[in-house]
Order: sequence, then structure tokens, then C-alpha cells
Amino acid sequence: MSSVENTVSKPHPGKALVAGRRSRLRPPNWRGSVAVVGFFLLWEILVRAQVSGFAQIPSPVTVVKVLFTSYLLDPGYWESWLTSFQRVLYGFVLAQLLGIPLGLLLGTRKTFNYLFYPVIELLRPIPPLAWVPLSILFWPTAELSIVFITFIGAFFIIVINVHDAVRHINKEHLWLAQSLGASRGQIFRRIIVPSVIPSIAVGMTLGIAVTWNVVIAAEMIAADSGLGRLTWEGYVSHTGPVVIIGMISIGIAGYLSTLVVDWVEKRMMPWKTR
Amino acid sequence: MSKDHPRGHLVARGLKKTYQQKGHAPVTVLEDCNLDIEPGKLTVIMGSSGCGKSTLAYLLAGYIKPDAGSLSIDGRAITSPGPDRVLVFQETALWPWMSVMDNVMFGPVARGDQSTAQARKAALELLERFGLIDFRDKYPGQLSGGMKRRAEIAQALMNHPQVMILDEPFRGLDEMTRELMQEYYMRLFEDTALTTLFITSELEEAVFLADRVLVMGETPGRIVSSIEVDLPHPRSFEVLDSQAYLDIKREAMDALYNLALSPEGTG
Repeated sequence: MSSVENTVSKPHPGKALVAGRRSRLRPPNWRGSVAVVGFFLLWEILVRAQVSGFAQIPSPVTVVKVLFTSYLLDPGYWESWLTSFQRVLYGFVLAQLLGIPLGLLLGTRKTFNYLFYPVIELLRPIPPLAWVPLSILFWPTAELSIVFITFIGAFFIIVINVHDAVRHINKEHLWLAQSLGASRGQIFRRIIVPSVIPSIAVGMTLGIAVTWNVVIAAEMIAADSGLGRLTWEGYVSHTGPVVIIGMISIGIAGYLSTLVVDWVEKRMMPWKTR
Repeated sequence: MSKDHPRGHLVARGLKKTYQQKGHAPVTVLEDCNLDIEPGKLTVIMGSSGCGKSTLAYLLAGYIKPDAGSLSIDGRAITSPGPDRVLVFQETALWPWMSVMDNVMFGPVARGDQSTAQARKAALELLERFGLIDFRDKYPGQLSGGMKRRAEIAQALMNHPQVMILDEPFRGLDEMTRELMQEYYMRLFEDTALTTLFITSELEEAVFLADRVLVMGETPGRIVSSIEVDLPHPRSFEVLDSQAYLDIKREAMDALYNLALSPEGTG
């Protein structure tokens, strides 16, 4: 019950993560359940009463009907899920694979830092969605350009987090390794890399949230598939229930992704779980 | 850890260290600081916080370089950190991502002095002796303050250092644990005669542990007086009730008062 509450009332991936963590520790929150039921009830009433602004908005009952009759059993709907998940996965994983080593290099190699850090600082403030037109012009397929934009969403976050973490490594942790006679390679592998893992985790948590934001917007602009596109098509074709189904699907997808990232992070830092 | 031929003779002559900070006037932390650590003895450096004790420890460990003066161990100049002088830090420096076992084994395996199996065996023996054997697979974050300090001392001992430098190692421990750790280190020292430089700001800790107390003055830091502590070994807390202990404590207190009263802080 509690996880359904979280996804429905807080579809934003970042918020869902926090709420998810909390709900595991707490007893069922009956007031919350009442509020959720109340929310849907109010929505239904407002739609039926034809309150201004709600004319084009489907009632929750209609949404559920459409969901069960035309979507849950439709392979096309699940394909949208799969497509969006794939884009997020590629963009996100690629951002980690390139971003983590780059952050480490920026933090440990002075010359490299002097050469490349200004470029990073130059590109970092550009919002990922501002890359959409350029990306479409540059990449041969829409698929590649969407994955690229998704990648941008998570890339700078992880680079900056790792770079910062390397610069703020506990000096005594490095000194101790030097005293005990560790080589530079050993210090890098056994001290520096584990030191930055908590910051990698922070970068991943932030990155996955941004990645979903970005992929949905990019799909609305540039793709002919995915959950973002599904939602947008619902709008364009004036089918309100589809818009709502798309929104809820995106919320659940984002929430599931944060659960996975959460799980991975815990395994990256066994020393932090008690 | 050879009891017959104690080594670890640390000598510092005319040390000077100035810290430059952007936008601030340079601060001279140490000036004309001389030091002689007698092998096989437990020497305590005592001084108020901010007098440059830690800076002196970092210089001896080889983490930082002096602006003037010389440093040597058993006649060899100190130019870089090394396993012959292991420093135990104020706050624990155990690596939180490694188990207690991996922390303790790190040195000999990293240097290639011992195979993993040899190091594991030696580490198990030390952990047994330090009452940490049941905690070998725990992470440092899962240990109590006293256990962390013991694990750090074990980690250092694995490398057979010629001198142990302990920089306010028991700071932040509760009174009870602190006393236990003092007694613990005293037993260890009496068993091994491992040359030790122990840094503290606590007078009672200094006199209880020391064969010699060096009092450090501040701004800039230097050793201003040396007090011989000839309390008998093996030493336990009963010594705190003896007249000899009280006399030495009084002498040390006088040295500190003189320091505090003198305008330059150098007595």
C-alpha cells in the first residue's frame, strides 16, 4: 500500500526515493491513505461537476477504465516502457562509464585538469534540453540523439561529483597509505577510488532523476516512441486518459529506476550498511 | 621490536615551518625546534592545542617538509613517509571501506614484504592479542572508539616500525576508555620497548605514560623544557597515588605555568 501511495502522490523520481526510504521504516500511515483516496475522490467530483479547467480532463474512473481496456494488455504500451527504459539505461550507464574516470583524472592529474576543466565548466551550465536541436543535427538517428541528450543529463553531474570528492579526500587516509609504503597505483586503487564511491552514489541518485526528466522531454520533442511520446500523443489527439496514463507510467518508471540505483549504491558501499 | 637493540632515534635540529595561506599573513608554527627521542623510551610531547604539536608529528612522519632545519632517524635523513615511523592520528585514519583485517594487513602486503597468507597469519595473531579477533571482518565504523584505536595500533605494529608516533591518539574517548587505553599502551610499551613519541595536551596522561616529558611552547612552537619521569616500570594507575608522581606532576605544572605567564610564551 505504502509504495503505491508514494508513486501516485509523488511521481517525481527524486522525491519518490526519499519517501520510499522512509516508508520502509514506518507503520502504515492511515491518514496518508485517507488523503490519497480523498485526492482521487475530489478529482472525480471536480470532473463530474464540470468545474472550469476540468472540461478536458478525464476522471480517474475513466482513466482506470481506459487503462484496463486498451493499455495493460496492449504490447505497444509496454514497448513504450521498454523504449524509455532503454534510453535512460544507455544514457545513464554511458554517463557513469565516461564520467567517473574523467572525474578521477580531473582530480588526480594536474595537467589534465588544467587542460580540460575549463571546457567542462564551459559546457556544464548548458541545460541538457538546450542540446536537443544540435543533437538532432549531429547524430544520424533520432535514437542516438535522445540517448546523447540523456547522457548529457547525467554526465556533468557525475563528473563534478567525482572531481570534487577526489579534491576533498581525507588527507590522513592518503598519508597513512604512504607511511605504510603503498605505491601510487595502490593508493589510487585502494584509497582514492573507494574514497569517492559515496560521491559516485550521490551523483548516480541525482543523475537518474535528471535522466528521466530529460528523456521524457526529449521524447516529446524528437521521438516517435517511448512514454514521453505516448503522453504527448495523448495530448495532441485530445485523448485525456492517455495523458494521465502516460504521467503515471513515467512516475512509476522513475520510481522503479531509483529503487534499482538505490540497490546498486548499497552494494557499492557495503561498509555503510549496518 | 628488538628489545636488546632499541632503534628509532629521532633527531630534529633547528626546525622551522611556516604556513602560507592566500590572503593571510604567513604563520610560523615552528621555529628553532630541537628534539631528541631516545631509543627504547616513551617520550611525551605536551603542549596546548595550536602550539604546533601535530605539525611536528607530520614533519617527523615525512608528510610535510620543513622550511629550515634537519630531521633524521637513526642517522638517516627523513625525506618521505616510511614504515619505519608510523603515525597514529588524532581522529581515526582507518580506511572505512576496508574490514579491520584488511586495514591491519595493508602495509606488509602493499610493500610486498609478506604474502597475503603470511600477513593474514601475522594479523590474526595481533588481533588476537588486541582482543579484536571477533571483529576482524567488521568495518571500522562498526567498532567502538577504543577498538578503533587498538586496531590502528595493530595496523602500525604489523610493519615493525622503529618508532611509533601517536598524535593525541586517545583524544575524544570517554574517560574510562581513555584510561584503559593508556594502561593498554603502557603494557605494550613495556613488553616491546618500542621507541614511542606520544603527543598529548593532557598533563596526567603525559606524566603517567612518559619516561620523559618534553614541554612545548607556542608561537612559534619549540621544546622549552624537558622533565625526566623516573617512575618505576611496570607502571599501573597505582603510581598516581605516589609522592614521586605528584612531585613530577607539580614540576610539569610549574613549567606550563611559567610558559603561560611569560610574554613570548617561551618561559
